[in-house]
Amino acid sequence: MSSTYKSKALGVAIEDITLSFGMTPVLKSVNLTIEPGEFFTFLGPSGSGKSTLLRLIAGFGPAPSSGRVLIGDRDVTHLAPWDRNVGLVFQNYALWPHMTVRKNVAFGLEEHKVPAQEIRERVDAALDLVGLLDLAQRRPSQLSGGQQQRVALARTVVVEPQVLLLDEPLSNLDANLRVQMRREIHDLQRKLGLTTIFVTHDQEEANTVSDRMAVLDDGVIQQVGSPMSLYDEPVNRFVASFLGTANLVDGRVEKTEDGTHFLANDAIRIPVAVAELQPGAHAVALFRPQSLLIREADAPAAQSSARLEGKVVHREFLGSLIRYAVAVGDHTLLVDDSHQTGRECFDMQERVSLHLDRAQVRVLPG
Amino acid sequence: MNALSRGQLGPGVLAVVLGLFLVVFLVVPVAKVIYVAFQDPNTGALTLVNFADFFKTSLFQESFINSLYVAAMSVVLSSIFALPLAYFTTRFNFGGSVIIQTLGIVPLIMPPFVGAVAMALLFGSNGSVNLLLDEWMGFTIPFMEGLNGVIFVESVHYFPFILINLSAALANIDRSMEESAQNLGSSGFRLFRRIVFPLAMPGYIAGASLVFLKVFDDLGTPLLLNINNMLAPQAYLRITSIGISDPMGYVISVILVACSLLALWTSFLAMKGKDYATVQKGGGGLSKRELRGWERVACYTVIIVILLLVLSPHIGLTLLSFGTVWSFSVLPDAFTWAHYATVFETSMQYVNNTLLYAGLAALIDVIFATAIAYIVWRTQLAWRQWLDYAAMGAVAIPGVVIGIGYLRTFYDFNVPFIDKPLATWWVIIVVALAIRRLPYALRACVAALQQVSEALEEAAENLGATKSRTVRRIVVPLMTGGILAGFITSFATASVELSATIMLVSAESDAPLAYGIYEFMQSASGRGPGAALGIIAVVIVGVATYLSHLFIERRREAHAPEIAVPAGA
Ligand SMILES: Nc1ncnc2c1ncn2[C@@H]1O[C@H](COP(=O)(O)OP(=O)(O)O)[C@@H](O)[C@H]1O
Ligand SMILES: [Mg+2]
Repeated sequence: MSSTYKSKALGVAIEDITLSFGMTPVLKSVNLTIEPGEFFTFLGPSGSGKSTLLRLIAGFGPAPSSGRVLIGDRDVTHLAPWDRNVGLVFQNYALWPHMTVRKNVAFGLEEHKVPAQEIRERVDAALDLVGLLDLAQRRPSQLSGGQQQRVALARTVVVEPQVLLLDEPLSNLDANLRVQMRREIHDLQRKLGLTTIFVTHDQEEANTVSDRMAVLDDGVIQQVGSPMSLYDEPVNRFVASFLGTANLVDGRVEKTEDGTHFLANDAIRIPVAVAELQPGAHAVALFRPQSLLIREADAPAAQSSARLEGKVVHREFLGSLIRYAVAVGDHTLLVDDSHQTGRECFDMQERVSLHLDRAQVRVLPG
Repeated sequence: MNALSRGQLGPGVLAVVLGLFLVVFLVVPVAKVIYVAFQDPNTGALTLVNFADFFKTSLFQESFINSLYVAAMSVVLSSIFALPLAYFTTRFNFGGSVIIQTLGIVPLIMPPFVGAVAMALLFGSNGSVNLLLDEWMGFTIPFMEGLNGVIFVESVHYFPFILINLSAALANIDRSMEESAQNLGSSGFRLFRRIVFPLAMPGYIAGASLVFLKVFDDLGTPLLLNINNMLAPQAYLRITSIGISDPMGYVISVILVACSLLALWTSFLAMKGKDYATVQKGGGGLSKRELRGWERVACYTVIIVILLLVLSPHIGLTLLSFGTVWSFSVLPDAFTWAHYATVFETSMQYVNNTLLYAGLAALIDVIFATAIAYIVWRTQLAWRQWLDYAAMGAVAIPGVVIGIGYLRTFYDFNVPFIDKPLATWWVIIVVALAIRRLPYALRACVAALQQVSEALEEAAENLGATKSRTVRRIVVPLMTGGILAGFITSFATASVELSATIMLVSAESDAPLAYGIYEFMQSASGRGPGAALGIIAVVIVGVATYLSHLFIERRREAHAPEIAVPAGA
């Protein structure tokens, strides 16, 4: 059953979708294009509308008040769920407790009136694909969480859906299994070449599997792009702080003879290269904890780096690194210093200097 | 090792007392009945001859088949009433779901035999409906002819058991169960047949077997409709007309018990390993669909017809209690308060007796049920499960059997000081009611206890509270809602019980409501006052149920955060 998709993988387009539960708007003018064969992720905090958007593609939930959903060239906005051929894997797996594993997997094929012989072969193939052929006669209640998850996957892919939708498929698994299933899902998707949309609130999960992802907050798409580009070039505070840890400093932009600077109070003055922001405009400087170098108080500034002075107020040992909180003026900045055996670390209340390469600073409109 | 170590002494003594009560008032009388059934009436030797006689007698054969037939048909008809109500109210969004579910259980709070009279007037061959049918359509339907009448009355009365269980089962199906099927291409009736129906099946079977059992055991309805060729009436008639030494009453009792056990066993098998409750955290909750225009009309039509049918006993009884003369006419000729006046002048002792008996019985039930629940679920006493089994066993024992057993066992036992056989003392009625309703109270109390996390108890003990103080200050207060629910179920059903009491009432002055109504309904002139008494019974039970419902809701709101401690902890 592998590779049957590669030739005919379809894209998904969401055009200007607005949707409410009763009077509460849950999706607001959502626009997205998902390429054929792509592994795409909806990332956002709980309640941001990820499931609602995913379920909309599968045909569940309230009808949108505006906009349309296209799969390939077909407008499916008003199609019933059973006429869409979109595979949805539920967060709680939704395996039917009154049927065996084999019956669960065969269900969709039976509904599509596939001949019995072919059903047997395809169910075997699907169970084999997820490594559960031996457990075909079990009931779902006799399986572990990871096995249930695999049955749910097999049940969905066996009908060869045009698009595979996964709603927080790993959230009910424990940490180790989560990493393993994440790889399995990724491999399966590569093998089948199936257009896949994955929903999660976990950025690490999203980073590791996705070709591209969309960050949602409060029913609005904040940004779309590859995991790395979203991390490096977030367009707003929300995306910056949702993806990893960020130092966000409020201030303004200043232009003088010696170039453009970002200024916050008197303690922080960072040279930046921003053309689009007007001098004097309110702005937010963003830089990651690992971009700051922490040194003795009297260490000189390197070229193209800003030098800030401060005092260690907090220290956490995280294994591979040490995270300092350093008070600079009335700001507190987080600094990550990689940890090596035997290396001295800075003490609480010790005066230190921080060094920041201008290329690592991103200035956002405030 | 000391078997009664660490705070087990108190529960141990309590368990022995409870055990003794159950042995004396449940095990011994039932064992006695079974024993006598296998005893030669002349020689006293053990024999099967009584059973051979039973199956050789054509009247008994016929009664046996009739009882099976009536019970089975009642299940079918109850299902027809319950299915649409359960399905529509749980799976669709429409106004009045709560009202429908509430009205749906109203029939339970009236003894079926009381409704029987009203239904004879509405649906009998000269009843309102057939008079109208004959006039407008030119034909009549034999709703109430012979066994039909019993089936109809019993179905109207007992279908709530199916409604409640089926609704609960349907409400426990997470919407992702259906959505995943739709996602795989299934819809409409196929979806219902392959997913919804199988998942709701255990709940349905539980309700259906309860209906079967109740109908099979019911005595009042066939007696009142004058259908004697069924098992329970035969047992009653043998004992009351021939005497308590006639073996046939005992043989029939054994058969009744055996069939009850069979029905319970079926339901146990159906439920076993099939805890299909699929609503869960992270799941989608219940899926309720919007109804389109014409669907809404069709649904409401079906529901209103069913509600009219199942509420007809109440409607009929109300008309009867206010009507002057009602025969061969669609409605009574005129309306009057006279029947109520009669009842208030002459028959208030029935009401008082009922309040006393049912109140005492329910009180005994909740005290015992709380104690049994605690002993079984929270102590390590050996044999503790047997308390649960014995108390639950009462479900399988028909009222007639309890009645016969008590008569046989306690007739020779004189109560000290009042010098009267225990079997004819009014207290025995209270005991019979308490034993019969104990299983329901016990289920309510166990459910309530399971809501109280053991961690809450441990916290109290950790702070220095002894076992008994912990139970009194922490466990029981948190169980109040469940205990009260148990009290009300026991009280409400005990106050309309007839089958055991009819055999144990020895003097008119000791008789409860149900018996009084039964007496009134024997004569045509007594029907009006009988109906008025019936309405009073319904009002008492209804008001009590409503008040306790209010109280439970209020407590639940007040206590919600405390009780919400994870039960698995
Ligand atoms: N059936 C529903 N009825 C009303 N509101 C809902 C329903 N389902 C979800 N919502 C609301 O829609 C918002 C988005 O929900 P959801 O899509 O489930 O979020 P996510 O999957 O990102 O956690 C939430 O605020 C939630 O409360
Ligand atoms: Mg979600």
